[in-house]
Amino acid sequence: MKSFFDRLRGKKTKPLAALANVNTFPLSGEQLGMVSIRSSRVEPQQLISGCGQSIGKQREHNEDCLFAFSATTGGEANSAPLGLFIVADGMGGHQYGEVASSAAVRTMANYLLKRFHTYLINPSEGMEEPLQEMMRAAITEAQRAVTQAAPGSGTTLTAALVLGQQMTIGHVGDSRAYALRMDGRVEVLTRDHSLVKRLEELGQISSEESAAHPQRNVLYRALGQGEVLEPDIFTTPFPQPGYLLLCSDGLWSVLPDDNLCNLVIAAPNLHSACQDLIAAANDSGGPDNISAVLVQLIG
Amino acid sequence: MGGMGSVYRARDLHFPSVVKLVAVKEMINRASDPLVRKTIVQNFEREANILATLNHLSIPRIYDYFSEGNRSYLVLEFIHGKDLEAIISETGGFLTEERVLVWAIELCDVLSFLHTHKPDPIIFRDMKPSNVMVNPTDHIILVDFGIAKPFQVGQKGTMIGTEGYSPPEQYRGEAGPLADIYALGATIHHALSRRDPRLEPPFSFGERPLRKINPAISAELEAVINSALQYNPDDRFHSAEAMKEALLAAGRKTGILNRTSGATASVQSSVGIKPLWVFQCEDEVRGAPLYHNGAVYIGSYDNNLYSLNAADGKLNWKYATDGGVVTRPAAFEGDIFIGSEDQRLHVISARTGKVNWTYYTEGRVHSSPRIAEGHVFFGSDDQHIHAVNLLSGRAAWRFETAAPVRSTPFVAHDTVFAGSENGDFYCVDFRGEMKWHYKAKMAVTSSPCEADGVVYFGSLDSSFYALDARAGWVIWRFRMGKGSIASPYTAEGLVFIGSADGNIYAIDAHTSKEVWRFKTEHQVSSSPVVYKDALYCGSADGNIYCLEARTGRLRWKFATKGPITGSPLVYDDIVYIGSTDHFLYTLLA
Repeated sequence: MKSFFDRLRGKKTKPLAALANVNTFPLSGEQLGMVSIRSSRVEPQQLISGCGQSIGKQREHNEDCLFAFSATTGGEANSAPLGLFIVADGMGGHQYGEVASSAAVRTMANYLLKRFHTYLINPSEGMEEPLQEMMRAAITEAQRAVTQAAPGSGTTLTAALVLGQQMTIGHVGDSRAYALRMDGRVEVLTRDHSLVKRLEELGQISSEESAAHPQRNVLYRALGQGEVLEPDIFTTPFPQPGYLLLCSDGLWSVLPDDNLCNLVIAAPNLHSACQDLIAAANDSGGPDNISAVLVQLIG
Repeated sequence: MGGMGSVYRARDLHFPSVVKLVAVKEMINRASDPLVRKTIVQNFEREANILATLNHLSIPRIYDYFSEGNRSYLVLEFIHGKDLEAIISETGGFLTEERVLVWAIELCDVLSFLHTHKPDPIIFRDMKPSNVMVNPTDHIILVDFGIAKPFQVGQKGTMIGTEGYSPPEQYRGEAGPLADIYALGATIHHALSRRDPRLEPPFSFGERPLRKINPAISAELEAVINSALQYNPDDRFHSAEAMKEALLAAGRKTGILNRTSGATASVQSSVGIKPLWVFQCEDEVRGAPLYHNGAVYIGSYDNNLYSLNAADGKLNWKYATDGGVVTRPAAFEGDIFIGSEDQRLHVISARTGKVNWTYYTEGRVHSSPRIAEGHVFFGSDDQHIHAVNLLSGRAAWRFETAAPVRSTPFVAHDTVFAGSENGDFYCVDFRGEMKWHYKAKMAVTSSPCEADGVVYFGSLDSSFYALDARAGWVIWRFRMGKGSIASPYTAEGLVFIGSADGNIYAIDAHTSKEVWRFKTEHQVSSSPVVYKDALYCGSADGNIYCLEARTGRLRWKFATKGPITGSPLVYDDIVYIGSTDHFLYTLLA
């Protein structure tokens, strides 16, 4: 912005003196691809995503459900990309788990996309309702739908509503949202609502103990369980450059964080990255259903 | 859910001439395996038999039980009154310590009765407010004994409902008398704090100290509850009787049980805090000070801008404008910038106190100048945001609004943010063109601040807003008791704001949850400042408060002789604050 005023005042910005005698060495094709993708300007800004899902190697049903949606409007000065990404992991037996997870995902997607319908058609129209309140209302709706469709069952729900550079995350249970950075940093954005995680947070057990704990699947918060539900809802900048990963515990419980990131960075595109993640989880035994949604904000 | 059915209010036909109300509890046996079903019924009948023999004022009488098909029924005394959960949610403020203490003692009494039952102790297992009835004479009755438990078909290892009140060992399937003690502690904690543990992570009572939520509670009672809520069973009271004794002792010590005195918490006084120096202006100080190169600058309603030696408060110079000065000065390359109610922006040499140039608006200036990128930005009652070139002293642009602009613009990422008195909030680019705008329901006098792509401000409409800085979407809003004209401060993921409801709030910037609030005795229009780990803020009750930024705990307060509406400045471990008692105070941080 300084340069803008400089232009106003008619000043010229000096070109940088070329750096002499700097050692360089050739980048690998892979590195070159990464760098060139990042440096080439993408217009308009958009959200791209890939998904992967597998029943795993030990389960008879797929009780996971995932949803990925993104919209871009080019040409309007004020339009920002919109995306909604959801992963839900149902439970309850008697095939109720899959009813629960899909009821939760469909209800939430329906609720939120209806709210954004006007925005998609006319981005300049303001939205009055705070994003976090929309997310809360959508989770309440999903909770109602799960209780109705599959009483006694439950489901996790991790959703990311991305609007421009900010993402609002709604979360219940032990599915996870990760921010993966290009330099290999991995950040778990959500907090598992599981009993062992809680014990771990309290310093009662170590992370190794919790990974092997017999009750590691016991959640203290899930959609469809109990009348009172307090979801975690927060807003944080979209990891850029980087990726947003949503996944069920079928993925994260068998793949260490470093592997997640390395697999994603090494893959040529988001779709194959997701397939690689699923394959890696299945190679590690595939004890549970596996779902992954990978999102990138480019431009 | 599970195997529980309904509770009916019924009339006992064995006594046709009198109306004797009984409660009939219906439990549905959902087990599919016939053997499991049979076991469930047997367990039910065995427990019903035990309960029928219990004789205690706080336990409902059991008159009968029977099973029919896949349903079992329990006929028991009908309890008039309300359950504690309903009482907690219907009570506007906090329940009194006295009332809760008496209930807690009665609950210990009945637990002690159960735990010492012969031949086997009875563990209640499900102590929570909804299982505690309060009858019309304010005594408690324990309802819903674990008798329904066998009917709850265990689910496939994946799930348990959030209990909130149960101790850690109960999740491992161990439930002894000490589990009931923990749950009792949790129940009392909920009753006193109004914080529902089912909405919080399990075992997190330690993160919600009672007296921070409800300062009216005595330290004695808090200590008893904390002991009951110990994570390790061995660290809790060893029996309900011991806890009852501790409650009685606490009640006697605080005088609550003697009904002699109301135990009002004494507040830390400011005795002992001496200002390093003070400076008296000729009228009220409503603005905020600035530190620059060894000098402190402060405007006053006496029309002057003062330059004081920061070390001893000696006057360097004063500069008279033609109107009250209620804004915060800004400094840039040896010049001091200040807005005045004389409608002008004054630019004064810091060294000499002589004016370099002035810039005219067509309204009073209540918005403080913000210097960025070679320009000074400020608002005026003339319904404009002004951008003035620092070199030429001429307007680069003026952005027209629909109402006076008293909010101080915030400048970041090529954009200028400011609110106006009709509730409009603007995001203007560096050409003076509007990027977006948001309309709050009432005035935005609050000066915005931006962090991580989110812009924060308060409004007189009682809301505190977090908007996407690029596009103006509302990310969240936080309800305060009353409106706010104070400005927010962000630090370490928290946003701090004062409100006319008398509170200073700390809000989590990501989740919009209240982290703490601190109640002062009057409106807070002063804007908080965080320095090191402490927060400093004035209040119209005349005090400057120093609070622990993470917790809101009071460290000290200092009383001035008039309401404080201006904001503090903290520089080099020294707090500078002006008061409407005409003085500028300097205190050690």
